[in-house]
Amino acid sequence: MRPPAPPLFLERRSYRQRRVRDAARLLPLLGVVLWLMPLMFAADGDPAPTSRAMIYIFGVWLGLIAAAAALTLGLDPATDDSAQPADTPETTADRPD
Amino acid sequence: MTKSVLIIEDEPNIVEAIRFFLIRDGWQVASHGTGDDALEAIRAQAPDLVILDVMLPGRSGMDILADLRADPATVALPVLMLTARGQARDRDLAERMGVSRFMTKPFSNAEVLDALRQLMPD
Amino acid sequence: MATMNILVAVCLAYVALLFGVAFLAERAARNGRGGWLSSPVVYTLSLSIYCTAWTFYGAVGYAARSGLEYLTIYLGPTLVMVGWWWGLRKLVRIGRTQRITSVADLISSRYGKSGALAVVVTLLAILGSTPYIALQLQSVTLSFAAFAGEDSLTPPFGDRNATAFWVAVGLALFTILFGTRNLDVNERHPGVVIAIALEAVVKLCALLAVGVFVVWGLAGGVPQMLARIDASALTAFQPDGGRWVALTFVSAAAFLTLPRMFQVLVVENADERHLRTASWAFPAYLMAMSLFVVPIAVTGLELMPAGSNPDLFVLTLPLSQGREGLAMLSFIGGFSSATSMVIVASIALSTMVSNHIVVPLWLWLRGDQEQGALGAPGAGGDLRQLVLLARRLSIAGVLALGYLYFRLSGGGAALAAIGLISFVAVAQFLPALLGGIFWRGATRTGALTGLCAGFVIWLYCLLLPSFGAGILPQAVLENGLFGLTWLRPEALFGIAGLDPLVHAILWSLGLNTLGFVIVSLASFPTPLERLQGAQFVNVFQHSQTAQGWSGGLAQTEDLMVMAQRILGPASAQDFFQAEAARQGLKGYLPEPTPEFLQRLERELAGSMGAATAHTMVAQSMGRAMVSVDDLMRVADETQQMIEYQGQLEVKSTELARTARQLRAANESLTQISVQKDAFLSQISHELRTPMTSIRAFSEILRDSGGMDEAARQKYAGIIHSEAIRLTRLLDDLLDLSVLENGQVSLNLREGRLSDVIDQAIAAATAAGTPLAIRRNPLAAAITLCTDLDRLVQVFINLIANAQKYCDAPRPELTIAVSVRRGRAIIDFVDNGKGVPRAQQEMIFQKFARVSDMKAGGAGLGLAICREIMARLGGTIAYLPGQGGGAFRVTLPLRAADTGPDRRPDRGPDHAVDLPAEPLV
Repeated sequence: MRPPAPPLFLERRSYRQRRVRDAARLLPLLGVVLWLMPLMFAADGDPAPTSRAMIYIFGVWLGLIAAAAALTLGLDPATDDSAQPADTPETTADRPD
Repeated sequence: MTKSVLIIEDEPNIVEAIRFFLIRDGWQVASHGTGDDALEAIRAQAPDLVILDVMLPGRSGMDILADLRADPATVALPVLMLTARGQARDRDLAERMGVSRFMTKPFSNAEVLDALRQLMPD
Repeated sequence: MATMNILVAVCLAYVALLFGVAFLAERAARNGRGGWLSSPVVYTLSLSIYCTAWTFYGAVGYAARSGLEYLTIYLGPTLVMVGWWWGLRKLVRIGRTQRITSVADLISSRYGKSGALAVVVTLLAILGSTPYIALQLQSVTLSFAAFAGEDSLTPPFGDRNATAFWVAVGLALFTILFGTRNLDVNERHPGVVIAIALEAVVKLCALLAVGVFVVWGLAGGVPQMLARIDASALTAFQPDGGRWVALTFVSAAAFLTLPRMFQVLVVENADERHLRTASWAFPAYLMAMSLFVVPIAVTGLELMPAGSNPDLFVLTLPLSQGREGLAMLSFIGGFSSATSMVIVASIALSTMVSNHIVVPLWLWLRGDQEQGALGAPGAGGDLRQLVLLARRLSIAGVLALGYLYFRLSGGGAALAAIGLISFVAVAQFLPALLGGIFWRGATRTGALTGLCAGFVIWLYCLLLPSFGAGILPQAVLENGLFGLTWLRPEALFGIAGLDPLVHAILWSLGLNTLGFVIVSLASFPTPLERLQGAQFVNVFQHSQTAQGWSGGLAQTEDLMVMAQRILGPASAQDFFQAEAARQGLKGYLPEPTPEFLQRLERELAGSMGAATAHTMVAQSMGRAMVSVDDLMRVADETQQMIEYQGQLEVKSTELARTARQLRAANESLTQISVQKDAFLSQISHELRTPMTSIRAFSEILRDSGGMDEAARQKYAGIIHSEAIRLTRLLDDLLDLSVLENGQVSLNLREGRLSDVIDQAIAAATAAGTPLAIRRNPLAAAITLCTDLDRLVQVFINLIANAQKYCDAPRPELTIAVSVRRGRAIIDFVDNGKGVPRAQQEMIFQKFARVSDMKAGGAGLGLAICREIMARLGGTIAYLPGQGGGAFRVTLPLRAADTGPDRRPDRGPDHAVDLPAEPLV
């Protein structure tokens, strides 16, 4: 017995919520990628001046902060839950008998 | 030449009786009363034959027999074993350990003499 | 220059301010007026204990040495905070629903409340935090010294050690006062939190002030500053990619796993919604803290004399420019950074130490002494006091450890190095932590394996080499342990050329994760682990938010899912539709009104019983930590396991019992058989020996003529005495047999004990063996009613034994009589060697003979005595420790005739009844 399949399409508000959550999940990945970038342009051989690196890193930082703040405004705390996919139920084959 | 016999027995009356009829038969008789130093007595006196009691103070006659048979010097020494415990198990054990003759007390003096003569033919 | 006195005064005033704020906050919280205490801003600011003195002073030093690399320490936490939706949200929710008190508690709870894991995590945390605390003490000490100049140090801060000492004492005091004021179930400390929030503001302002001064005051604006940076001695931006990534990763990990960070992030979190604010506000705080680091470092390198410590530029730069007020602010900022870290770290560590080491130990010790006393009333209060005491002592202990480390290390190493070593230590918790909250398959054994592996590598590759040649010999550093080059601490398995720090991070976390995953995959968790695993991993599916305003339909939906499983989809949907219609609603989801819930319960009870239905509805509506489904599955499985084990146990218990019975029966039979054999053998021997003499001598007398008269007389005499011996033996055997079978009837008479003793002495000493007997006839002047003849027999036996066996040159026997509680006690003590310990019980057995001496008896005497005494309702026993052979006879003053049929209880050596027949 399985719960009935959830409806295929959500109303507009729920849809928006899900996308905001997706963005919240993606944000740190974006941060990682952006902060790894200077390593690449540093590896180019010609060392970049420290001031430029600083401006870049702090700029990314500011961007992340702003994005995070914007996302929390968009995230509806009431629907925090139940979006996580359930763990696959453990099979009963591993019972000790 | 006289044959010598060593009686290892803790009951003095029994020793005296055996000594009496063996001397009469022309044996040279010695006796020893304890178990723990019986082996030393046998080695010291080197008798032609040993009469050995099973229940001895200090050490069992069975153990003494085992030691005798383990020693090349005494492996062939004729041993007549006497026991007051009339159990077949003792006899089996003694025979497995290589006793020459096994007799149960009370014995007939004549039987003992016969046995000794068989063990030591002239 | 500011005098030391002003500095101390400002310090004390600042500390007093902290005390006051903490005190007011505590009071407000107690009076229920503490709403403002738990605001998102306070939460965010409390997170700032991540920025310790290491940040305040050390970041500038770090930048001066390695350029922008210091930023990685703040990029990691920023990523964690920005990615709060992934991990922190879950961690905080778990911490709240499970009432987690520390990172050790989290890991141990997740893995089946494992005590071993908690201890390992606690120890590792202490080991990792001690250098860090020492680092804070060092920074305060250094800043004091820098401020005042080495020479002008005055009491009470006489020298550096004293400074560190007094700072440690003061911090311990503050922490104990506000950290262990009470035992809150939530382990929250509003006073401490508000104090560290205040300190967060102070240190941020201080650093910003210095930064502003440097950029606009000294450099003259941002463009000029940037130009100076590019022109400075700082190397151009050319980061080591490995270090950059590894440090970012480790600082992100440590941000989650540092005990103090866990404390403020999870434990002190009063409301999950605060996390939303902190997710962007705390990165902003970190950015602000890092912003002026490079400008300060560059300006310091430029302006300060060569060789000055870059770790102190934040302080020395304003000082050198004559800005004493700014320097004072900077000093207070550094002081704040250090103290807030130490306070929270020691609270977190003391919670771990007391909860996971002291209390379990105490319970264990106590359980040893008085089992089950824990449930006793009053135990709770006891425990409370104990926990508080343990916390306080742990706080003092943690600070003492930090101080000790400070003294021992000499405070030489650069701040950044120590901090990173601590980070890598606590980062070892990460696999177990993340695995625990995201992976149901993670097991206790796996976590333990990973932690231990990571810990060992951290110790070997990072901590020990950090002491230089002090602990690890130079040979090990260069050639590896035992001379094995693949065990070189800085190039494990021959992988050389890596930065030592990156190398240690790579190997420790790599092998940690590998061990954790592999062992988890290979092992099987206990039911408790699985239950906890489900609760942790699926925390969002089964726990409501604290607000619960989402309530309503979502809960009804849960109920519908459950009802469909139980009633079947069709009838469940019909039922829900009907209920919705009854409420005037369309669709399938009625409001969860009490009426609806009651009807649902009744409906469910039809298929599963009322109690279960009630529980399930309650679970779905209430704050179920596990879904009913999970609960049922685990319960089901547990039940099955229990049943299965139970069946096995019943079976094996039965088998074992049968086997035991069989074995006992067999043993008893064997024993009977052995005893019977031995007994028959003995009787045979005892009878045949005299018979042998009799037969041999009678044959001699018969067959040998001509024997002299003397010999004849002698031999006849032997026959006679042996015949008597035989008779006596038969008598004894008969006597014993009769006694043992209870066939003897007692001849009870009244008489005086002294007469009985007289009689026995007379009979025994008739043979003439010399034995001095000492007795007190007056004491024996008591009247007995017993079988006097039998008693005489016992006494004769004992006296005769003394005659036979007492080996003293002048044998002496003392007979002492006393009466106690209606029983006469008669002791026979001689002055011989006595009976050896091993044989004291044996002598009462039949045919027991202690010495090789032919005593004339068959060894039945004492056996008969014991039987007689048993028949008389008394005892006879060997009495050790009397300086000689000693027997004690006790008997009732008036014997009850037990009659010939009832046999008195006999000693254990008579457990086997021997047939009477062989005896006669």
